[in-house]
Amino acid sequence: MSATVETLEAIERPPVTMGSRLEGELLEVSMGPQHPSTHGVFRMNVALEGEIVRKLKPVFGYLHRNHEKIGENTSYLGSMPYTDRLDYFCSMTNNWAYALSVEKLAGIEVPERAQYLRIILAELTRLQNHASLLGFLLNDMGAWGTPLMYAFREREKILDLFESLSGSRMMCDYMRFGGCRVDADDAWLARARQIVDRFPKFLDEFEELILGNEIVIGRTQNVGKLSADLAISAGITGPMLRACGVNYDVRKVDGYGFYPRFKFRIPLGEHGDTYDRLMMRALEMRESVEILKQALAQIQPGPIVNPKVKIRAFRPPVGEAYGRIEAPKGELGFYLISDGGPNPYRYRVRPPSFINLTVLEDLCLGHTVADVMVILGSVDIVMGEVDR
Amino acid sequence: MSEGQMDEALRRELQRQGVWVTSMQELYNWGRKNSIWPLQFGLACCAIEMIATAASRYDIARFGGEIFRPSPRQADLMIVAGTVTKKMAPQIVRLYNQMADPKYVISMGACAISGGPFKQGYNVLKGIDRYIPVDVYIPGCPPRPEALLHAFMELQRKIDEQKLTGADKAAHLDPQQPSEFPVPAFGRHDLEPPANADVFQPPKLERV
Amino acid sequence: MESLEQIKDRAETAIPGAKIDIVPNPGPANQPSLLIDNEHAPAIAKFLRDDAALRLDFCSNVTGVDWLDRVAKKTVKVKKVVDGEEKEVNQTTEEKIPGYLEAVYHLYSITHKHGAVIIRMRTEDRAAGARLPSLTPIWRSAEFQEREIYDLYGIRFDGHPDLRRILMWDEFEDHPMRKDYVQPDDFEWEPTPHDDVLARAKQHYTPRPELDGAEKITAGSGDTLKR
Repeated sequence: MSATVETLEAIERPPVTMGSRLEGELLEVSMGPQHPSTHGVFRMNVALEGEIVRKLKPVFGYLHRNHEKIGENTSYLGSMPYTDRLDYFCSMTNNWAYALSVEKLAGIEVPERAQYLRIILAELTRLQNHASLLGFLLNDMGAWGTPLMYAFREREKILDLFESLSGSRMMCDYMRFGGCRVDADDAWLARARQIVDRFPKFLDEFEELILGNEIVIGRTQNVGKLSADLAISAGITGPMLRACGVNYDVRKVDGYGFYPRFKFRIPLGEHGDTYDRLMMRALEMRESVEILKQALAQIQPGPIVNPKVKIRAFRPPVGEAYGRIEAPKGELGFYLISDGGPNPYRYRVRPPSFINLTVLEDLCLGHTVADVMVILGSVDIVMGEVDR
Repeated sequence: MSEGQMDEALRRELQRQGVWVTSMQELYNWGRKNSIWPLQFGLACCAIEMIATAASRYDIARFGGEIFRPSPRQADLMIVAGTVTKKMAPQIVRLYNQMADPKYVISMGACAISGGPFKQGYNVLKGIDRYIPVDVYIPGCPPRPEALLHAFMELQRKIDEQKLTGADKAAHLDPQQPSEFPVPAFGRHDLEPPANADVFQPPKLERV
Repeated sequence: MESLEQIKDRAETAIPGAKIDIVPNPGPANQPSLLIDNEHAPAIAKFLRDDAALRLDFCSNVTGVDWLDRVAKKTVKVKKVVDGEEKEVNQTTEEKIPGYLEAVYHLYSITHKHGAVIIRMRTEDRAAGARLPSLTPIWRSAEFQEREIYDLYGIRFDGHPDLRRILMWDEFEDHPMRKDYVQPDDFEWEPTPHDDVLARAKQHYTPRPELDGAEKITAGSGDTLKR
């Protein structure tokens, strides 16, 4: 045994001086595509100096499933189920954005009851998206499990509503050009009212439990600050833009659907940091509850689909259209070019979470690697939409 | 319990008297099947249903599968939950290779089985079984959490039936069976090779 | 907001040499666009962003469009002498429009809350001349979207800070969103083939003349792995 020790001693080694050797050297780490906190198959190449992020390059495409190419080879209506799978948390708003664009392209009117149903479902989608986002974000922060369980408990209630209406929990495929697919009966509306009325209780509980939490405040305030100028230039939309104090909500600006009929406020942040982005979601949920209460009270019986719209052999006239809505993650747009055929000539999705990632590097520079996950969580991405 | 060693009626009678007779194989498989640790790894939409399965309402913990491990080295089960793109396929094979034997694969949803609705995509792999062997397939787009629980129970049944000895013993006990599979490379137009012929033998549709 | 004609006039006066065409959009959406010349594109974009009345500070959507070589047929009535007699004959002239790639930008103003103004740029051809100036220095939001266009359509953006493939892997050579892209034939077996999918699947069928039209599904070869 002693011989082994001697042999080891004999090996010449460079002198080890702890702390000084790695100084100034960057360590490159590839985070993802399989990582518990990258919300799917997102990948970042991060250059670290110690624990501090000095460079960050996102790598996309691990869920690039050719939505646009398939959309150009399918009929207009055939793309509707595919839009469900874009942002798979919010199939209702994806449906609406696509239906809105085709309605612009072909000049289709939507009956009143369908507009109400669309708003009700879009706002319910916003509730469940934001609730799940807060759950995931807190999960990333280390509140392992509990907030996510609470959020998913509420989400399941809303998914039950979706399921009883459309037949599917997540992939609703509910909207049609010029209306909706099936009508909601009175029992459904009564259940929706009940869930909406009880939702603020969950919000109170959740906010009390989490948003005033010292650890949450410590890990989010002044982390990942985004200036309003950069946010506008980088095309940031949705709650992330409004967290910087920029008052821009497509629901108010475009006034699509029947949104101008409802009274609701747009929450705005002051600092543009992670805490503001988190709060923005909590406040938006309260406003969504307000919209839902008004819509559920005002909805009147009537037709749910425009009878003039052809279902078979649907061919919009030659032209192009860009339609956009305020999806829970930001501005979701569809750009369609029609050459008069049954398929769109060009089918393009403007994905909010993909464009919101433009500033990810700017947000993370100078923060520790542990903050990267919190910042990424607050951007609210879904890979189905980022890579399409 | 190995076949032909004890009469089933006698065994039940003994159990009633408080004597529990078992075999090594039964005990071993019972332990393994009730603590399957899945790899925490979601690809697409199905991953959200996988999370819902792990969350409060469906609660996969009832079946001993709630410990989702972020590291493949600690996981027994890979749930391929979602569309496998060609860009992602090498990573999945690599993750599978990094898992320790015995290891199992559930192919969750239409996309992981065959490409599903995205089959016509240029970047979509037409089924993860082109590169790694799959134990249980779940149809659906996405499958409901109940379907995932059903697949989980099917997998438990499969584990329960695995033999420890003999010619038809479990694959992980057979040194002839490979535990790792070649990782495909990114080619100029497609993955190279487009499928692993040792694993993927599709049925041939013969037509005039 | 001003009309596109007014924007065009003001931009052409502000930037000497700039050439802007209005591309009409006949559909019910009525979203006409401005075709700007490639040479002055960054200057025009800067004007659109910084002009006090326009302030198009938010570039929402950037996308590529592929237009293949087209043949536009025109039928004109011409007088012709046939058999010593003057007749009116329909003469069809075929005009060949060479293909090009297009980049489309949808601009909005967050300051004034108006929009959309749509601008588009066209490349010379679909091969070596597929180059456009990058507008990323004007609107940062174009950064990833122009990379995506480069990846999927193959337009090279001059002046882009980091022009790499974004969705496909780096070794990939094709531009899959182009209309003439042929994807790898990897449909080995289709349970329910139809249309062009059926045509592709048929190439993989092995003929069995003795069955005379009947079909039979056989399992894969016997030596399947146990796993």
